[in-house]
Amino acid sequence: MEVWEIVTDVMALEVRKLDFYYSGGVHALKNIDLPIYKNALTALIGPSGCGKTTLLRCFNRMHDLYPGNRYEGQIIFGKENILSTNTDLIALRSRIGMVFQKPTPFPMSIFDNIAYGLKLRGIKKGADLSERVERALTHAALWNEVKDKLYASAYELSGGQQQRLVIARALAVEPEVLLFDEPTSALDPISTAKIEELAVELKKEVTIIIVTHNMQQAARISDRTGFMMLGDLIEFDRTDKIFTHPSEKLTEDYITGRFG
Amino acid sequence: MTREQTRKIEGVIAMTLSTLAAIVGLFWLVFILGDVLVHGVNALNAGLFTNDPAPAGIEGGGLRNAFVGQLLITLCATLIGVPAGVLGGTFLAEYARGRKIAKMISILSDIMVSVPSIVIGTFIYAVVVKPSGHFSGWAGAIALAIIMIPVVLRTTEDMLTLVPWTLREAAFALGAPYYKVIIQIVYRGAAAGILTGILLSIARVAGETAPLLFTSFNNSFFSVNMNEPIASLTVTVFQYAMGPYESWHAQAWAASFVVTMFILVLTIIGRLVIKWRFGK
Repeated sequence: MEVWEIVTDVMALEVRKLDFYYSGGVHALKNIDLPIYKNALTALIGPSGCGKTTLLRCFNRMHDLYPGNRYEGQIIFGKENILSTNTDLIALRSRIGMVFQKPTPFPMSIFDNIAYGLKLRGIKKGADLSERVERALTHAALWNEVKDKLYASAYELSGGQQQRLVIARALAVEPEVLLFDEPTSALDPISTAKIEELAVELKKEVTIIIVTHNMQQAARISDRTGFMMLGDLIEFDRTDKIFTHPSEKLTEDYITGRFG
Repeated sequence: MTREQTRKIEGVIAMTLSTLAAIVGLFWLVFILGDVLVHGVNALNAGLFTNDPAPAGIEGGGLRNAFVGQLLITLCATLIGVPAGVLGGTFLAEYARGRKIAKMISILSDIMVSVPSIVIGTFIYAVVVKPSGHFSGWAGAIALAIIMIPVVLRTTEDMLTLVPWTLREAAFALGAPYYKVIIQIVYRGAAAGILTGILLSIARVAGETAPLLFTSFNNSFFSVNMNEPIASLTVTVFQYAMGPYESWHAQAWAASFVVTMFILVLTIIGRLVIKWRFGK
């Protein structure tokens, strides 16, 4: 048994019998059971509309922004069920950060973008704030590129830089889990490589769940992979196993490109 | 004739017609501005801004009361109309987004925009002036504010809707409550557009006469009391232009010129803001 497996055997999140219904009544997730291991990178793959993004957005209760959506089942985080109605969403979202498909810099300076989450948490003092901003930018491998223009608009950065800025913004509040929703699908290959490198580096400190359309990406960077289809979690296993000896015929068909 | 030649001729015809149309439009703008300036130039001097009206029929005097009154009424209308419009637009675009009530209010606002301003004047006459027993600056400001609200409200709604939804989600994902998302992220993204809408709405009401005739009426004396009838440029233009004296006519022309320039400048600033923010 390899060393990393021992390290990653602690669970950060556990999905138990999760069903999700969109407000129109669409049954988007069906009876999902899924462990998310701590300090590991878990990838969710599957054809379009399989529910992988829907599942990802359950972890920070993003679905609550739209009325009528309904969860059934549990997601255990720490000792609590985060799907419970009395979960403090603001606190939850500071522990579980999210990075979106398209870069979402706020219309303000680079510095203020990173400081935004910190200010929400009451960190407003100059020295502490700038120290944390620098640390977050360094973490996201962006510090060297932006240190001379911290007060320039975030829109002046390239797409890849913007995406790293957004990652830095999420990291600044020191979350325990980071959710990546196809973070590289709008980026060029070089920026993609940087983000992937970063994700692997970051898992030392945070647990990462990544939704990706790109199977090679999942194979390159993830430790565990879940394959989903039509709202079902078909198979979940170690990534090398999924990509070499999948247990399910459907997984094999998808991996080998027979559909999707 | 080949097809290429036909197209060329069609192109020339289309260009000639649209150029002519543009010239016709521009001609009247220049003509109005020029004509107003030519007639008013004699009365357009520093005294116009610093003196109050001379007794009827006597030469000299100025329109200080009307300038100050106009500014006061417009300022108060802005203070009432802009917050109401911006907050209303925010309600439609954010809290009530996609709901039936938002659609209804939107459509009603569009109708409100095209309601003749004299109707709003008589309405305020009935609900404010009549019960209080006298004309007042406040009644005028309220009438102008009512004209502003739908304009500001619809612009705000449109501008907020243009801010990508993913930007809000990103702020929510950082744990921001909705009101902070709106104030700190969405308003910032839409600031230039909303500001333009506000400027254009001020320009829209600054030239209104009909609603003021029934509300703030007029006052030949200098007054800053918004509870009393108060002078305004537009009503003064109306009164002086109808009056029998040459000097009144000249001053009416001069006042018209100032109002027109004010609106022109506001509109140009509005355009510049759009260009500065969205032109890149």
